[in-house]
Amino acid sequence: MTTEALFSIPHTAVVKTVTIIIDGKSLTVPDGISVAAALLAGGVRDFRSTVVGKAPRAPYCMMGVCFECLIEIDGVPARQSCLVPVRDGMRIRRQDGAADLVTANLGDVA
Amino acid sequence: MSEVVADFVVIGAGPAGMAAACEARSHGLSVVLLDEQAAIGGQIYRGVETAPSDRLEVLGKDYAVGRDLTSAFCSSGARHVGGATVWNVSTDGTVDYVTNGSSGKAVGKYVLIASGAMERPFPIRGWTLPGVMGAGAAQILLKGAGALPSGPVVLAGCGPLLYLLAWQYLRAGASIRALVDTTDRSAHLHAARYVTGALLGWRDLAKGIKLLAALRRHRVPVYSGCTDLAVEGESRVEGLSFRHGGKLVQVPASLLLLHQGVVPNTQISWSTGSAHRWNAEQLCWQPVTDVWGRLGETSLYVAGDSRAIVGAQASAVQGRLAALAIAARLGAVTDLDRRAAPLQRDFRRHTSIRPFLDSLYRPRDENRIPQDGGVLVCRCEEVTAAQIRRYVELGCQGPNQTKAFGRCGMGPCQGRFCGLTVTELIAGTRGVPPDEVGYYRIRPPIKPVTLGELTR
Repeated sequence: MTTEALFSIPHTAVVKTVTIIIDGKSLTVPDGISVAAALLAGGVRDFRSTVVGKAPRAPYCMMGVCFECLIEIDGVPARQSCLVPVRDGMRIRRQDGAADLVTANLGDVA
Repeated sequence: MSEVVADFVVIGAGPAGMAAACEARSHGLSVVLLDEQAAIGGQIYRGVETAPSDRLEVLGKDYAVGRDLTSAFCSSGARHVGGATVWNVSTDGTVDYVTNGSSGKAVGKYVLIASGAMERPFPIRGWTLPGVMGAGAAQILLKGAGALPSGPVVLAGCGPLLYLLAWQYLRAGASIRALVDTTDRSAHLHAARYVTGALLGWRDLAKGIKLLAALRRHRVPVYSGCTDLAVEGESRVEGLSFRHGGKLVQVPASLLLLHQGVVPNTQISWSTGSAHRWNAEQLCWQPVTDVWGRLGETSLYVAGDSRAIVGAQASAVQGRLAALAIAARLGAVTDLDRRAAPLQRDFRRHTSIRPFLDSLYRPRDENRIPQDGGVLVCRCEEVTAAQIRRYVELGCQGPNQTKAFGRCGMGPCQGRFCGLTVTELIAGTRGVPPDEVGYYRIRPPIKPVTLGELTR
């Protein structure tokens, strides 16, 4: 799933790092950037597969309008990862097809 | 839930929103500014406050100058609510939003919608493959994270932002495999009509010439006048094919950045039920306003690129003009016309090059209205151009009806990324102007909110 990253962030641009977990794998990323940016620089090529045709998709607009970067963050499905800043210990899961509301952690709703 | 009341509520922390907030504060109005991002700056000045010096150097002076506006805003006394996703705007001035998992309400005597621009969709075969992004998206990665392409990148399309990004990449030491320019050569002739206006905006012209010279100096292969673009690859982008000078060319690519200009982000103004008209020069919808930006008889104003594309500098001026008009309505300004006159002159100066740019970088019909029936138009619900044409044959009159025919525009992006294409595709198929086919009916919530967020 992870492979050679399309984007790189030079070490000179990084002041502080945090660790996020993507599909069980730890990734050390610069603090203060979006989840989408962190995953793109961490070698994640496709973020999810589509609801209709199960086709692979990845961020297109990076500014909150295209909704291609939807991913599960800390148990909440279909978050716009280009709008969510990374946080230490954040758990991220790629989405396969439609978000599964049954297994999703909706604890924050209760 | 939190509730705040202010004279003036601004949506969007880009040039128009920040300048409007500063202007309103200078007349003593209380101001609350909401923005979806954590930091101010919008897309054009994203990250400008915190960018390290080497990044400011790479991005250039026109970016760094944004600090003047962000620091003016920070000392203006306006209240900034960052990370605020606006999901409803009422014509009486109530704005509903969520931030940090809980909901808020900002009630303004007047509200300014300064939601800016978005990149125009580029519907060609394969544009949904991972590894294909907007050039503006890649620039956001550079501004926000300092991220550069790891390997040689292919840029395709037209418009100032595409050349600007190429120039910034070269300054940062990134490698460009090819620039595939889709500008129609005959557009140079059409654009020549507006050359007088363009000369008034000579600074912008000189900037463009400088960017192109840098590409030549770095020996970036530039293919001009390209047509028939198609992205190659099965599960990710592997290359771009196109026609250049009568020959079919293929270039390999693992990262392909597409761009053909920006269009107003009209999601909020549509959602208020306000009238919009088709802008035939900029090939997009724009809200119908009075000269100050007011939407009908509502408490809402629009300024900047979300009203029509004018660029960062003109957006800031337009934001100030809207704030002045609002201050006058509230009795805080008594000599509106005298104060507005120099701003109106600035606005004309900053927009004098616009007709020239609109004409020169008019995106080709084939890149807006897919002739290839297999091209996905609605990325969310995976509806193709051929399917939409078929809906029209079956009696579909406009974008809103395509929802009933095949869920077109009903996915998570709520039509943001297919709306323009669907409008033009249906207008073309029916042989009527875009104004006649209309747009989607956009309803709140215009961004996804959870019930949990609404209860907090």
